[in-house]
Amino acid sequence: MSKNQAFDRRAFLKTAAAVAGVASLPNFAFAQGAKIRIGMMLPYTGTYAQLGVAITNGFKLAVAESGGKLGGREIEYFTVDDESDPSKATDNANKLVTRDKVDVLIGTVHSGVEMGIVKVVRESGTLHINPNAGAGAATGALCAPNIFRTSFTNWQPAYPMGKVLADRGIKKVVTLTWKYGAGEEAIEGFKEGFTKAGGTVVKELYLPFPSVEFQPLLTEIASIKPDAVFVFFAGGGGIKLIKDWKAAGLKGKIGLFGSGFLTDGILEALGDEAEGIETTLHYGDGIETPKNKTFRLNYAKTYKLQPDVYAVQGYDAGLLLAAGLKAVKGDMSKKKELYAAMENVKIDSPRGAWTMSKAHNPIQDIYLRKVVGKENKVTGVAHKALSDPARGCKMG
Amino acid sequence: MRLLRPAGAVLLICLVALAVLPWFAEKYYVQLFTKIMIMAIFAMSLDLLVGFTGLVSLGHAAYFGLAGYVLAFAAPQYEAANLWLSLALAMACSGLLALAIGVLVLRTSGIYFIMVTLAFAQMVFFVFHDTKIAGGADGIYVYVKPVAAIAGWEPFTLENYTHFYFVVLALLALVYAALRVLLASPFGRVIAGIRVNEQRMRSLGFRTFRYKLVCFVLAGVLAGMAGYFAAAQFGFVSPETLGWHQSGKVLMMVILGGMGTLTGAVLGAFAMMLLELGLQGLPDFGGMEVAKHWQLLLGVFIVFAVLLLPHGLLGLGRLASRLRRKPAEAAE
Amino acid sequence: MDANTFLIQVLNGIQYGLLLFLVASGLTLILGIMGIINLAHGTFYMVGAYLAFSLSQYFGSLWLAMAGGVVIAVAIGLALEWLLISRLYHRDHLYQVLLTYGLILIFEELRSVVFGDDVHGVAVPEALRASIPLTETLSYPVYRLWMSAVCLALAAGMYLLIQKTRLGMTIRAGSANREMVQSLGININLLYRLVFALGVALAAFAGMIAAPVASVFPGMGNQVLIVCFVVVVIGGIGSVKGAMLAAILIGLVDTFGSVLTFRIGGVQLLPELSGMMIYLLMAAVLLARPEGLFGRRG
Repeated sequence: MSKNQAFDRRAFLKTAAAVAGVASLPNFAFAQGAKIRIGMMLPYTGTYAQLGVAITNGFKLAVAESGGKLGGREIEYFTVDDESDPSKATDNANKLVTRDKVDVLIGTVHSGVEMGIVKVVRESGTLHINPNAGAGAATGALCAPNIFRTSFTNWQPAYPMGKVLADRGIKKVVTLTWKYGAGEEAIEGFKEGFTKAGGTVVKELYLPFPSVEFQPLLTEIASIKPDAVFVFFAGGGGIKLIKDWKAAGLKGKIGLFGSGFLTDGILEALGDEAEGIETTLHYGDGIETPKNKTFRLNYAKTYKLQPDVYAVQGYDAGLLLAAGLKAVKGDMSKKKELYAAMENVKIDSPRGAWTMSKAHNPIQDIYLRKVVGKENKVTGVAHKALSDPARGCKMG
Repeated sequence: MRLLRPAGAVLLICLVALAVLPWFAEKYYVQLFTKIMIMAIFAMSLDLLVGFTGLVSLGHAAYFGLAGYVLAFAAPQYEAANLWLSLALAMACSGLLALAIGVLVLRTSGIYFIMVTLAFAQMVFFVFHDTKIAGGADGIYVYVKPVAAIAGWEPFTLENYTHFYFVVLALLALVYAALRVLLASPFGRVIAGIRVNEQRMRSLGFRTFRYKLVCFVLAGVLAGMAGYFAAAQFGFVSPETLGWHQSGKVLMMVILGGMGTLTGAVLGAFAMMLLELGLQGLPDFGGMEVAKHWQLLLGVFIVFAVLLLPHGLLGLGRLASRLRRKPAEAAE
Repeated sequence: MDANTFLIQVLNGIQYGLLLFLVASGLTLILGIMGIINLAHGTFYMVGAYLAFSLSQYFGSLWLAMAGGVVIAVAIGLALEWLLISRLYHRDHLYQVLLTYGLILIFEELRSVVFGDDVHGVAVPEALRASIPLTETLSYPVYRLWMSAVCLALAAGMYLLIQKTRLGMTIRAGSANREMVQSLGININLLYRLVFALGVALAAFAGMIAAPVASVFPGMGNQVLIVCFVVVVIGGIGSVKGAMLAAILIGLVDTFGSVLTFRIGGVQLLPELSGMMIYLLMAAVLLARPEGLFGRRG
């Protein structure tokens, strides 16, 4: 009996001693010459792993182009894989903010996780740059001086499609998406734009996330016979919808339109089912500006991959931070000046130049794109310099 | 009858170690251990069901997550809720949900029971994920931590992370003691009897359904306590806290630590969470990012634990002593 | 909704249900005959889908991919049973749950290491690419009709195997009384190994034939697993008949739940709560018959 107790006690005491030892490591004073601690909280495993990698690549490319330093200071990275799991979001954010004491937190992809990060950084005051998650609240009801976004709000890419369709004489539209924040906010955006331009959304269809059983809803759409259908899906859901759409014979009979994420990153997995589908997004293939061409070349050379909208967003996050730190010459304690610099920035981005709104979200051009072959070819600008209305934001 | 019962002395040492931790550890580690202790309470509540009553619930997180949501609702926006009132409310709601689900699922047993508890928890998940009741998939905030005021007097403040730590530690000790007392009582004997042979208990005249239901509800209430503090710690509740992955995690803790001992549940919680942390911090090996695939290592660890440790981690001691005895016997 | 649409929705529901049946049948067999609760069942579905993806690229044909995939799935099933599952027969369900949960983690990560985390599509075979026009706007893909036919054929095959063959009789006897069958000189270990391999193969095959109409992505097994559990609970453990009926029921409930609208006093219940419908169905069945529609009592 005593042997078992001894084992139990010893094991626990060993663990406790180890933890106490690690915990008592000296705190380093953060002098100005010290490295900037950048926390990267992104998904590196699971469905969104590719996006996490693309964003990281883009960010590091921007840093490399800045000479490997920001504001004259070197950089130390702290990485956390958030697994796109909202239940661990605050834990993971806390790891970076409290344990690793990062100066900036870059993240994330999934909106649920982003809400966890926003909670933590609003309390800690840590500078936070969001290179993807489109939850409106992050630069809306929960906006804060230390929170910036370089991507989009779910509302933004969807809103312009409303006017585009109305201008073509389309009157009745059915919408379809998953029942989650991103889908609902996108549909809201589209609806706002469409009804403002004179159209009517006759029915809003929803599917529980992440179900991809579209058949009953496609049957329903066929019986309603709208002029067009607007959807929000991404990744695997997008592939299935496009395939099912064609197999149900709806392709060519009823127009299928969507927010750009429907066709982004998935064209490799499709044959010709997606040909001709038009979407709106703040990036696309064939933007013939020198900046975009150089960016794509450098990215491909460095990472042996083609960049996508996520890489651009990560890259812009790097540009944003670089501009801010340059203005304060690397002194992050000058928060007011830092935030002001970041607010007044004009980013020369591969997607086109954009500025920061008062709520800290990009004011950017939204492109109209069409699927041609394996590309989302930009066919025009659906809306110039669109700003998210940032409902509920009390800043500026 | 468990053969392995750590003496009171060992438990006392552990308690003291935990009590003095905040003086030695940084903020992050105090918060980490707070989180682990919350999970330990959660694990103990499940151990009551799994280890002591023999009811394998794969949907226990429903009660854990619900309490967090209740706190979020009870807290008026941008203001603090009263700790005592909101905690009681949260635990009561979890208990009610456990009652509603328990009445249905306890009609089944064995494999069915496992599956229906999972399915019902999924249902609760869908309610919070798909509807606008509570922020949907993106979750909901508890803006300000609850205030522990009784008629104006505040014995402690949860905003202070050290206070928060001690409150949870006190609750951990309290729940442990209370469960020990309960399980040693006549009620506890009946429960043990039901786990071993329900038919026999029924033939002895016990209304086993009622006893099982009481346990189910009690386990739900305690899970609610854990869930309340989990939500209060960082102020963010999302549907995943109700999900089956959370249920699976806590079940693993209970089994891994050694079911039916309460101490095992606590040990399992510490072991799983520290193991996860440790695996995620592993350095690269042979060019491969080991830490990235930590779940693979965890999975392998679990498989080996099941095959080699029939009584969980607490059984390690027994295994060690058995191995030590063999050479001694051979020498004779 | 008009009569045409209603009929088509019924067809949709049945077709979805048949695919569910295919996946769930393996689970109910393993549960009913071996008493093993296998949380990794959804993972085998995923494995099947990924096999279909990679092998169809390798062979250039989905048919060969399926053939090869089934062989691999059977091999995996045999190996798993021999190495791991066989050690769980005498142990609590709890340890089966824990071990198979560990298997989920292992398989998911192996999939990530071997195949990466991308989302993939699998092309429908040439022969089945057509669509049959049903109304002026809607056509029905031939491939889905073929899938339903395959599911029905397999269901019939399983029924024949279990009810009408000696092997089936032995399996049924073994599930009722393992020791007795063993004392009769029948190699029960080999039998169980075969049943487990069959269950795994069924799940993997379901993943393979569903791959062209679903997409192949990480975590695709999770949702399937839970719905399978609901099918088995409603149908009754070990009953292939029950699984079929339950699967069709669930297919119909899920289908109509997502398109109907239903309010009570200003509260929109459908389609808001369509995700919950199948669990409500399960609750209803549990209230009436706790052992499922065709399950054995006790």
